[in-house]
Amino acid sequence: MSSNDPQGYKKTLNSPYTGFKGWIDSRLPLVRMMEAEYLKFPVPKSLNYFWSFGGIAMFCLIGLILTGIFLGFHYKPSADEAFDSVERIMRDVNFGWLIRYLHANLVSFFFIATFIHIFRALYFGSYKAPRELVFLFGLTMFVLMMGTAFLGYTLPWGQMSYWGATVITNLFSAIPFVGDAILKLLLGDFNVGDSTINRFYVLHWLLAFAIVGLVVFHVITLHMTGSNNPTGSEPQSWDETVSFHPYVTIKDLNATIFFFIILAFVLFYYPNILGHSDNYIRANPMVTPAHIVPEWYFLPFYAILRAIPDKLGGVLAMFGSIAALGLLPWLDTSKVRSCLFRPVWRICVLLFAINFLVLMYMGGKPAEGIYVLISRIGTAYWFLFIFVLAPLVGFLETPRQPLSITNYLQSKKA
Amino acid sequence: MRSLFILVLSLLSLNTFAAGSKIDIPKYDWSWKGFFGTYDRASAQRGLKVYREVCAGCHSMDLIAYRNLEDLGFSEAHIKAIAAEYLIPDGPNDEGEMYEREAIPSDRFANPYPNVQAARAANNGAYPPDLSLIVKARPKGADYLKALLLGYVEAPAGKEVPEGQYYNKFMAGNLIAMPSPLSEGIVDYDDGTEASMDQMATDVTTFLAWAAEPSLEDRKRIGLKVILFLIVLLVLAYISKQQIWRDIK
Repeated sequence: MSSNDPQGYKKTLNSPYTGFKGWIDSRLPLVRMMEAEYLKFPVPKSLNYFWSFGGIAMFCLIGLILTGIFLGFHYKPSADEAFDSVERIMRDVNFGWLIRYLHANLVSFFFIATFIHIFRALYFGSYKAPRELVFLFGLTMFVLMMGTAFLGYTLPWGQMSYWGATVITNLFSAIPFVGDAILKLLLGDFNVGDSTINRFYVLHWLLAFAIVGLVVFHVITLHMTGSNNPTGSEPQSWDETVSFHPYVTIKDLNATIFFFIILAFVLFYYPNILGHSDNYIRANPMVTPAHIVPEWYFLPFYAILRAIPDKLGGVLAMFGSIAALGLLPWLDTSKVRSCLFRPVWRICVLLFAINFLVLMYMGGKPAEGIYVLISRIGTAYWFLFIFVLAPLVGFLETPRQPLSITNYLQSKKA
Repeated sequence: MRSLFILVLSLLSLNTFAAGSKIDIPKYDWSWKGFFGTYDRASAQRGLKVYREVCAGCHSMDLIAYRNLEDLGFSEAHIKAIAAEYLIPDGPNDEGEMYEREAIPSDRFANPYPNVQAARAANNGAYPPDLSLIVKARPKGADYLKALLLGYVEAPAGKEVPEGQYYNKFMAGNLIAMPSPLSEGIVDYDDGTEASMDQMATDVTTFLAWAAEPSLEDRKRIGLKVILFLIVLLVLAYISKQQIWRDIK
């Protein structure tokens, strides 16, 4: 066992430490695990700032859980009391407004970080072998994130909370045979009501911690393969890597602070800009808002839902759009990972990202006329990208020879 | 029959809204805008007077307590005096009876109606919304509110205005169940400010903006410090990063 072999702890049970650290480490190998995975862990030295968004997302998650705990101290999950308890947090709890605005805006920034993180995975081919499981755990987390965010949005019990919950839970009634039973189980009633908010509150917590659990798997699988990098080429020697600490930690710290400056700007000066004004109106089952729109981060998927004229079809397309992404590691036939060396696929991926933003815009518009047409084209491209372009382009395209990490860094300097 | 009428009416008004009759809300200058914005205390205090003498006849503000008025610069004694002008229901007492008593600073603003049904019955079936959050509960918030208060004009020829409805150029669908609440000089300001329509609309909007977001001043003050701190931290982190990565080729 060489001492600079970071995987060394797997080969021996003897702790390399003495004293108190050694006492702990020989009983609970936390010290050597942390050292191997977070201090010495080798990372390609060619990472750009796109690689910071996983860490940023993790900080967002931690922030959400911390603020969520404090909100939970004061919040009352009841149809009669929820709205007032949120206003009590905003007005009477010390720094309650800060905790609540932070929680509400961190979600949005969590999604921004996650969208960029997923885009990075697509652009640089991080989903391809041997990182398929990293990608699948990531996508699963993304689905749970959306579930948690949706549940959380119902909790303030404003008009959009109530009607958003009504529209989205109604989707489950589209499932043949068992739809109505699932709907009743979900709502605890025939309508969104007091029992709904109670179970949504519990599930909001449950899913949040399920995400934390999946982060562990996401990171374990990532640390088995190591990080991808812009070239998509694996490091060929120690020289092409840097240790996680201090090189990656300081870089991620820079990116995280920058990201949080933008968050702080929104949080302190436009805290409601990403929300909907209707949610400051108490939920009223007798009055339907003129346009029921979900939170901005659901809009692309909402557009896909509404693009399909059939209810069940729409639901399948919406959930299918994310599930299908999970097939990319096997549908993408190219041997080359990174878009830097795949001229045709690069255009497809960039179009996919633009298409995502277009769908987001369409999801916020009423489902009529040209908006539906564009949503349909966007939805078609989404599935075309995964099921046709991924296998076909990989087959037909002639990629350039990927540069090694060293050559890539030299060519960048030149 | 009447509910059917209201339903048809609301559908029609929604329809005109969806059909793209875009209403441009003017932009006004507010004291609390910008990085260092604060609520104009004098204006908010006048706004409270407008609320108490004009709006409070129909609109509740049940998230605001009299003690909150301290934020606007009212003294404790003044707040006690204001609260004592209102009667609020309380009880049951030791005999099991409900009774009314004078409000104290810890009470929420007295509600003009005992319940929603009473409010509807007194207002032709329309419910005057609670104003505690109204500035945050409408798109364009304060601008919309001031525009609405000043937006009562003669209905254009051909536009039918049903009984109990009024024409307002900034209301969605242009029909509103509230008659123009303000009129020149309806309030007699204590500080001698002339109670013009524009002045009253500005003052009451300032007061309601404060009521909707009383933490705004704290938020902006803390925000500036947080952002400055993070910028300094970023500079230090950037210098550290350059140092650490110096030897990596």
